[in-house]
Amino acid sequence: MEIDPFIFRLSIFILSIFIGYYVVWSVTPSLHTPLMSVTNAISSVIIVGAIIAALAGGADNILDTANIFGFLAIILAAVNIFGGFLVTQRMLAMYKKKKKDKK
Amino acid sequence: MISANLLAVFYLISGVLFILALRGLSSPETSRQGNLFGIIGMAIAIGVTIISVGNFSTGFLYLMVLMLIGGSIGAFISFKIPMTAMPELVAGFHSLVGLAAVFVAISAFLNPEVFNLGSPSNIKIASLIEMSLGAAIGAITFTGSIIAFLKLRGIMSGSPITFFGQHYINLFLGLSLAGLIFYLCKTQADTWFWTIIFISFLLGVLLIIPIGGADMPVVISMLNSYSGWAAAGIGFTLENTALIITGALVGSSGAILSYIMCKGMNRSFFNVILGGWGATDQSSSNKSKEQKPVKSGNADDAAFLMKNASSVIIVPGYGMAVAQAQHALREMVDALKKNGVKVTYAIHPVAGRMPGHMNVLLAEANVPYDEVFELEEINNDFANCDVAYVIGANDVTNPVAKSDPQSPIYGMPILDVEKSKSVLFVKRSLSPGYAGIDNDLFYRDNTLMLFADAKKMTEEIIKSLD
Repeated sequence: MEIDPFIFRLSIFILSIFIGYYVVWSVTPSLHTPLMSVTNAISSVIIVGAIIAALAGGADNILDTANIFGFLAIILAAVNIFGGFLVTQRMLAMYKKKKKDKK
Repeated sequence: MISANLLAVFYLISGVLFILALRGLSSPETSRQGNLFGIIGMAIAIGVTIISVGNFSTGFLYLMVLMLIGGSIGAFISFKIPMTAMPELVAGFHSLVGLAAVFVAISAFLNPEVFNLGSPSNIKIASLIEMSLGAAIGAITFTGSIIAFLKLRGIMSGSPITFFGQHYINLFLGLSLAGLIFYLCKTQADTWFWTIIFISFLLGVLLIIPIGGADMPVVISMLNSYSGWAAAGIGFTLENTALIITGALVGSSGAILSYIMCKGMNRSFFNVILGGWGATDQSSSNKSKEQKPVKSGNADDAAFLMKNASSVIIVPGYGMAVAQAQHALREMVDALKKNGVKVTYAIHPVAGRMPGHMNVLLAEANVPYDEVFELEEINNDFANCDVAYVIGANDVTNPVAKSDPQSPIYGMPILDVEKSKSVLFVKRSLSPGYAGIDNDLFYRDNTLMLFADAKKMTEEIIKSLD
């Protein structure tokens, strides 16, 4: 008997929750704000669904309702991807060690 | 075109890179590299998806233009946003993820062939459940984050909005969602699908309005978690590994942060999300306020005390963020260091409006991160410190959390500011903190109140130090 592919996806999901659990506990509390902004950015990988939805069908029916929702989702996710990663980068650049020469 | 197996491998690589992105945050040195991993992972996911769809006609042009527009907006915001506004920015970003999840779910529902989910009005039951869950959680995340954004921005009052039977209405709406998903699977009628989305939008609003302003760290973490679960739900619908892995990572990350925040306040998660807390109970706190004597001082007194101290601990709170006092504070500390004073910073887990809020503000002001300590690391040092400079914090220093079992904040871990030889409290007035509880510290002999705006007072102290 064959195993439903859903079970594989479920396994990946459950194991990823555990990875997330251990990885996030090891994040230093002082970086919790960048953690939130970067998780925000990576959850925008939902854009892959939006791309598939938007580009479905040929050139003639590219503006069907379903495609338009895909395009709208692309804009939203793009704001998030660029905004999320860049603001994280900006924050992380501020975390510096004490520089002896500055004192 | 690209084979389905190869595509899956690329998505797996993206997922692994996202894990490494979070792993990098275990220390500031590795964090920037981690962020780079995240960006590469995202680029791979987007790139292979576009190649796999293989549609390079007009649609591709639209895609590029829209990504450019969205990307420019995102980049613009990320460069312009002041660090003090990070909580509302993150809330705003959560709302976008939520809405994007709703849109993708709608698209999948309207055109299921594209995702191999069956045909319209004959969609696989499992897919229907997955996409309804994704859409529902996404919709809750969307409206919930909007409310959180409005509260953090101050457009909407931070005080809780409660009404009779609120929790029963929410419970009813939650249960009705389950019923609607059942009927959707049974009939495949789109009415049920739209109703699910509508009710979820409503539920998002109702869930967040009863939660008070200072509980926002929990709310933001919780919405962070929701946005992850929504992404995972969509990931199952689209059978996409990258989305499933990411959703699980983000979901558990937000859940852990919520837990840490609740523990920082010694409250249960349910106590926070059921809300209504922080509706200031003035009747009890105003009674004895007038009679007690308070010592208040000016900038010269404060400067004198700190200059002659050998060690000073700074305790920043939300008030510092509101007054934008972090840069002035750093200058003051520099001046103190010139006088040979040892200065460190103590940060309470729930100081500010989001996890790690104070750390980011101090980092922005160029405070080296190895001078900044968490509660457990520094709490014993207060006993040996000469001056504690409390700037914009209140409840997190209130000793009543240890002594009075009747107090609503009883049991909350606090910074032991009371143990230091003298305490300087920068505060605009004697008003109680968010929890509506009077702070005993104000009336102690070794406490000097500095009644002023946090930034102004700090700047005046700098002048007196010269």
